[in-house]
Amino acid sequence: MEDRENLNRLRWRCTRRAMLEMDLLLGEFLDRIFPTLGPEQAAAFVTLADMEDLELWPLINGSRECADAVQAEVVALLRNVRVK
Amino acid sequence: MYDTVKGSDWLGDQDAIEYMCRMAPEVVVELEHFGMPFDRTDEGKIYQRPFGGHMSNFGEKPVRRACAAADRTGHAMLHALYQRNVRANTQFFVEWMALDLIRDDSGQVLGVIALEMETGEVVAFHAKATVFATGGAGRIFYSSTNAFINTGDGLGMAARAGIALEDMEFWQFHPTGVAGAGVLITEGVRGEGGILRNSANERFMERYAPNAKDLASRDVVSRAMVTEINEGRGCGPNKDFVLLDITHLDPATIMKRLPGIREISIQFAGIDPIKAPIPVVPTCHYQMGGVPTNYKGQVVADDGTPVKGFYAAGEVACASVHGANRLGTNSLLDLLVFGKSSGDSVIDDLKSGTIGLKELPVDYAERTMARLNRLNTQTGGADVNATRLELQRTMQKHCGVFRFKDMLSEGVAKILDIEKAVARTEIKDKSQVWNTARVEALELDNLIEVAKATMISAEARKESRGAHVRDDAPDTAANPNGRDDINWHKHTLWHRDANRLDYKPVIMKPLSVESIALKTRSY
Repeated sequence: MEDRENLNRLRWRCTRRAMLEMDLLLGEFLDRIFPTLGPEQAAAFVTLADMEDLELWPLINGSRECADAVQAEVVALLRNVRVK
Repeated sequence: MYDTVKGSDWLGDQDAIEYMCRMAPEVVVELEHFGMPFDRTDEGKIYQRPFGGHMSNFGEKPVRRACAAADRTGHAMLHALYQRNVRANTQFFVEWMALDLIRDDSGQVLGVIALEMETGEVVAFHAKATVFATGGAGRIFYSSTNAFINTGDGLGMAARAGIALEDMEFWQFHPTGVAGAGVLITEGVRGEGGILRNSANERFMERYAPNAKDLASRDVVSRAMVTEINEGRGCGPNKDFVLLDITHLDPATIMKRLPGIREISIQFAGIDPIKAPIPVVPTCHYQMGGVPTNYKGQVVADDGTPVKGFYAAGEVACASVHGANRLGTNSLLDLLVFGKSSGDSVIDDLKSGTIGLKELPVDYAERTMARLNRLNTQTGGADVNATRLELQRTMQKHCGVFRFKDMLSEGVAKILDIEKAVARTEIKDKSQVWNTARVEALELDNLIEVAKATMISAEARKESRGAHVRDDAPDTAANPNGRDDINWHKHTLWHRDANRLDYKPVIMKPLSVESIALKTRSY
């Protein structure tokens, strides 16, 4: 896929979830933080965004720990997002 | 059953309500067998908690009835049911958008037309039975607790296919959504001592509810907040929110009892509630109306006969069990009971030969393709995001928690103007693959149908009932709470065709028990 297509797909995964909190957090992250990530962290974010809400939300609200170290770094960044 | 009828302000159909209540224990046990992690009592039974409006003996005293899995019952349910789907090898078409229903000349539904986002391909899902579980349309309002996906796609498809939408004027609002973001702040915050304040720092609920103050019922608090904002005592540069103050509470209490709320406030309002109050507004939460169905989950025409091949359950459907206002916990019960009954109806209708695979009409895709072609060729048209924002602001201002005669009339005119803009939306990106701009424009086609249905039905209903509260239908001796049973004890049916309104009687006869007669709704 082209970059535009990949980014559109990722935006859709970020902003059409089953919880408003997730739409807002992931959408804001995509706009502000994602462009600043290195390739490893960017790939980890794509993997996280592909997870179902039931897997991802516990990681974001801290009720479950991330098994993968890079994913854990990205989740820490996600938890610090402030939606404007 | 009485609590649901009373909650509905007597607009719920009593056959569907009895059916739902009778099925409730069965579906709870079934969920338990599916692995739902219900909370337990010490004896190992399913724990049941008290809940607002849940009473025993026809409203005599509170009762513990609500089965729950901590504070994440809906999520746990989703998980349990998803696992059942995995087990049944259900095929999910992820990253597809359904665009339109396919109906033949007899009115039978023969499937849907859908768009695959990855390829841009438009495909017919030719089906013997079509069940909608597409959720509500809370995104028609500017301030909504609903996720972005709740754009009323099922309602838009049904309306375009000539099916009426029932009781769309009834929307439940939650008093405390974070201003701007919409994320819900639970009632527990006021329970712990949170106070609502206006721009003069006044605890204004003392004027509206001298006894209960900030703990008055949802609708009372919401209307008080809107009155403060409308009378110029809102906060912020646009004076469009009030403040929820917990700065007087001990930080240790906040950290212990409300940790999630502190996090939500920091993340979504940029405010640490230990140090400063949270900006809040009444926020759209739940849609009581929808596609008309019977208690078997079959979609019904205006005369009550089933539309062959078409079924619906959950927030998209109007069975009608919620009537003018939904009782807390009944949203989950509704989708369990009617999800199951619609599935059972599909099996019965297949077995009896009522439905089956019929040939598609020659022109089945014409309307959908014309809509897509219009979008692809539109020039000098309206911007999708700006039009959606205008729609949402208009709904919030003219058809929100507290409704005014003149504002509703103006709102109808405005929404019909916005409809013209929606008909000429333009997208700059014309590509086929992963064109999210196109999908957002198609979502707007659905939002406008729901917005029209809501505004026009609300303008027409000249009484207050449940969640539909009009300034010009106040509480009087003749019409307690502004409810006018003589003229308005009936369901609204909005038709897309010329925005025609029809009405049908409320079903007052339950399946086996005595009818619950009309009575003033007071708690």
